[in-house]
Order: sequence, then structure tokens, then C-alpha cells
Amino acid sequence: MLNDSDLSAIRLTVELASVTTVVLLLVGTPIAWWLSRTQAWWKSAIGAVVTLPLVLPPTVLGFYLLVAMGPDGYLGSLTRSLGLGLLPFTFSGLVVASVIYSLPFMVQPLQNAFESIGARPLEVAATLHASPLDSFFSVVVPLAHRGFITGAILSFAHTVGEFGVVLMIGGNIPDKTRVASVQIYNHVEALEYGDAYGLAGTMLAFSFLVLLVVNTINPNRSGR
Amino acid sequence: MSVPGSRNRIAARFHLQRPGFLLDVDLDLPGHGVIAVFGHSGSGKTTLLRCMAGLERKASGRLSVAGETWQDSDRFLPAYRRKLGYVFQEASLFPHLSVRGNLQYGLKRAVNGGRAISLDQVIDLLGISPLLERRPEGLSGGERHRVAIARALTVNPQILLMDEPLAGLDMARKQEILPYLERLRDELAIPILYVSHSPDEVARLADHIVVLEGGRAVVGGPLGETLARLDLPIQLGEDVGVVIDAVIGARDEPWHLIRADFPGGELWTRDTGLPIGHHTRVRILARDVSLSHERQHQTSIVNLLPAVVTAIADDYHPALALVRVDAAGTAILSRVTKRSAAALKLNPGRPVWLQVKAVALIG
Repeated sequence: MLNDSDLSAIRLTVELASVTTVVLLLVGTPIAWWLSRTQAWWKSAIGAVVTLPLVLPPTVLGFYLLVAMGPDGYLGSLTRSLGLGLLPFTFSGLVVASVIYSLPFMVQPLQNAFESIGARPLEVAATLHASPLDSFFSVVVPLAHRGFITGAILSFAHTVGEFGVVLMIGGNIPDKTRVASVQIYNHVEALEYGDAYGLAGTMLAFSFLVLLVVNTINPNRSGR
Repeated sequence: MSVPGSRNRIAARFHLQRPGFLLDVDLDLPGHGVIAVFGHSGSGKTTLLRCMAGLERKASGRLSVAGETWQDSDRFLPAYRRKLGYVFQEASLFPHLSVRGNLQYGLKRAVNGGRAISLDQVIDLLGISPLLERRPEGLSGGERHRVAIARALTVNPQILLMDEPLAGLDMARKQEILPYLERLRDELAIPILYVSHSPDEVARLADHIVVLEGGRAVVGGPLGETLARLDLPIQLGEDVGVVIDAVIGARDEPWHLIRADFPGGELWTRDTGLPIGHHTRVRILARDVSLSHERQHQTSIVNLLPAVVTAIADDYHPALALVRVDAAGTAILSRVTKRSAAALKLNPGRPVWLQVKAVALIG
């Protein structure tokens, strides 16, 4: 039912989602931590920027990223000066775009989890001589573990499901940027409805499973 | 500041402005015993403790404990580097760790060297060895507080800060924990700052008292001396009274009474089972002491002591006066009506007989 190019697209999708999730854990955690602790007046502005990918059409986001990563864009000149070449139509470009696209799905569950911990456990840790970094790993991470799991699963799933941004940034290059969602599009364009059914069904089952897992861990999405 | 012996004293000066509240204190406290920080809610007790712990980063001032400066104008040691133990009002145990895990959390991060108390001693002192493998959510309120106190001690602190550890507990739980607090006081070599708004707890535990009102320290000094002051600027109402040190001197078994001896005389009270020779505290409330010119012979009151009036002051109601008398060196307070005071011509220097209706042995 799934042919070689389908399997290759699935492999690439899983790879992209995995790398994106790991990067998001590293990038999203400090952002969520900052948002949950700060009293700065520009907190809501930063919060809004982080949430933007949730409401923007993926093509809008993809368009801006394409321009920015292009030879005349800021990101483009930066990556070129670092000897990395240009990002559009590469796997790395997809990762960068996916990280931005899925950012709210990592930051929001983490921020909720951090906020619900409150200040007290950290004060207790401080009076037990734990440095801020120490108390983050010994108190915050264990208490917010559901937030981390929820954030990781949602980011992974959301990256698997992206289409518009991939098409703008990555195009449709087999084995390099052709992920499952794009492959389904190809099948439909080519009127290969049987193949499209196979891949779409796989995606449907996967998404259902993900949400089932998230809801089981976390019945009311409180992030704790 | 170079008074002999000042090395081990606690010098704490803080200034912290909050919307609608200002903490402004300058304290010189003894480096041992239980120091009660007493005051009504909103008087700044908790804020003072948080400043000492370094949990209020905006507080300016100066703090030195056991000869080390933790804070001054150009230095602010963060909370995690101050050698203190802190017991929060809510037990605040880490829910992801067992009781043992909670204790080990502090133990692993303890200051090395000069350990005042070992983990086994802590566990024993607070009677928590049966709880070690339990999870915090499975403990009763009293058990949780005992674990929290034990955890604060695992870091080998040079001072223990306790923020109303009995608030929010019912009477039975308080009675469960108080004996442990007394053991702490008697067996720990470090000073304990004990925040409370309960005159009972203060009378029972404290050696020294600081009274806060509206963010300022209005009075401070050794407990007995301070409670005997007529100008205590805080309304204690029915709780006005003195605490005196005494020794159990005799027992009258047929009548179930024991005698507490102090320099000013002897006081009989209900036998609480304390052994002869035991050092105890006696609390005498002003409302339980009446005065007369002559020794009364036909009276049900057991405790009659000779004394001399030293001062009289207005009490909280215009009908009442507080009389301070001296019983061979020990100050005792009596609450009488102003009419009686006038009829008895109570003036400083006047000899009187005290009739003490009730005496409480505390600790």
C-alpha cells in the first residue's frame, strides 16, 4: 500500500519532527521559563510573538522565512557568512522553519506547567542551598514533567502535520524536503487516490494516537 | 558594634518599601535561644523573616549572623548561600520526593563542617523515622510540619527561621508539635527566630521577644522582663501576664498538686507529672491575680504571696488598671478595677498580698 517514496517521505517526516522537537525543548524551555517568571511590561508582547505561528496562515510565515533565509535576507546573509550556505530547499531550512512554526506548541504547555508550580518550591529549594540552576533541574523539571511531555508530543505532532511552511521553504525534493503531507498532495495532484488514502490513513491514525496519549497523561490539559 | 560577645549576636537592619507597607527595623538579637517575632497579622513578621533569608531581593540593609555578614550596602548573599534553615508557614514539602527524599535534598546541599546535628538526631528529635518512606501527600498536617522542620535542619544551618509553623493547625495538632519545638529549643545550639501571633506559643517557647507593629520593632528584650512591662505597646487583652522560671519543689500526692518554687515564693498547681527538680516555666495571667491588704485566711485560693506595688498603668478598658508588683525580685502583673485600686490606695511602695487564682506550668 505504501511505496518506497511514501516510506522515504515518512522517514523524512519523522526525522524532521524529532530534530525539531529536540531543538524546541532547548529553545522553548528558557522562553517558557522567562515568560512564567517575568513581570516585565513587554512580557505580553513577547508572549504574542511566540503565539503568532498559531494564528498566522502557514504560507505567510513560510513566505517571510523564505525571504529572510534567501540570499538578500538577514538570515541568508548570516548563514552565508558562517559558511553554511543558504537554508531554503534544505533539510536544515525545514528544521529552522518548523521550530518557529511549532514554537507555541512547546512554549505554552511548559509555561502553564511552570506557572502552576508557583514561587514557593523554588524558595524552599533556595533555603535548602540549591542554586537557581540546581533547583531548576531538581525541582522544576520533575514537577513540570507533564508539561515537558505534553509540549514534546504536541510539537512533534504539529511538525508532522505541517504543509504550507514546508512547501514554501522546502519545496518538494524527494529524500530531502518531501515530507508525508507534501507526498499526499503529490498523490492527489497525480490522481493517485489509492496511494493518498494509504498515507492519509497512516497520518490520521498517528494523530489520533498522539492526542490519545496526551489526553491520557494529562486529562485536563492543565500542564501539570 | 565591637561589644564583647557581639560576634555571635544577630544584627539585622532592613528597609523594604512595598505598596502600602514599609518594613523598617534595626535589631540586635542574641545568638542563641528562641527569639519570638511577635505581632498581629500584617505587622511585617513574615517579611522580616524573608528579608533575613534573602528571599526579598529589594530589601536594603545589613545582616550579620554568627560573625558573618550576609548582607550590607555592597553585598547581597543570595538565599541559597545563606547558612540558614527556613520553615515556611505551609509545610511546602516537595511532592515529587518521599519524606526521605525531602530530607536528603537538604542533606546533599548542606554546608560541610561543624555539623550541629546529624541526620539521625534530626529524625529522632522530630520523631519521623516511621514516616521516611511515605509520600508527602499521605501525611497528616502535623506530620508534614515535623518533616518540614527536620528538612530545614538537614542543611546544617547557623540559624533556624520558623514562620508560624503552627498556624493553620488545629489545637490537637498544635499540642502534637509543641513538645518537638521545645526539644529543638533545648537541644539545638543555634538561635531560632520564631514568628508567631500567639501569646501562648510565645510564652511557652521564647527566651527573647521582638514585637513588631506596622513594620517597625516597637519593643524587644528578654521574655520575662518584656512581658512584665506595663507599657507594652501592643494589645494583648486577656493574654497579659508574666512568665517566670521556676523549679518543681514538692508534690502533694493525695491532692494531686505540685509546687513550683521561684525566688518570690511558692505556687501550687495541678500535678502535671513533672519530676521534682524539673526546671519549668510558669505563666501567670494578670486577670488571675487579685490584690488585698491583709493576708486572706478564709479563702479557696491556695497561692498567696507577699509583694510590693511598683507601678500602676491604665489597661485596655477605662475601668481597668494593670498593677505591677515585685515579689522578692520577680515582677508579676495584676489586673484590677480602678475603683478597687483607689479603694486599696494602691501606690508604688505599698505592700500587698497577691492571690493567684490560676497558674499554668508551660514546658
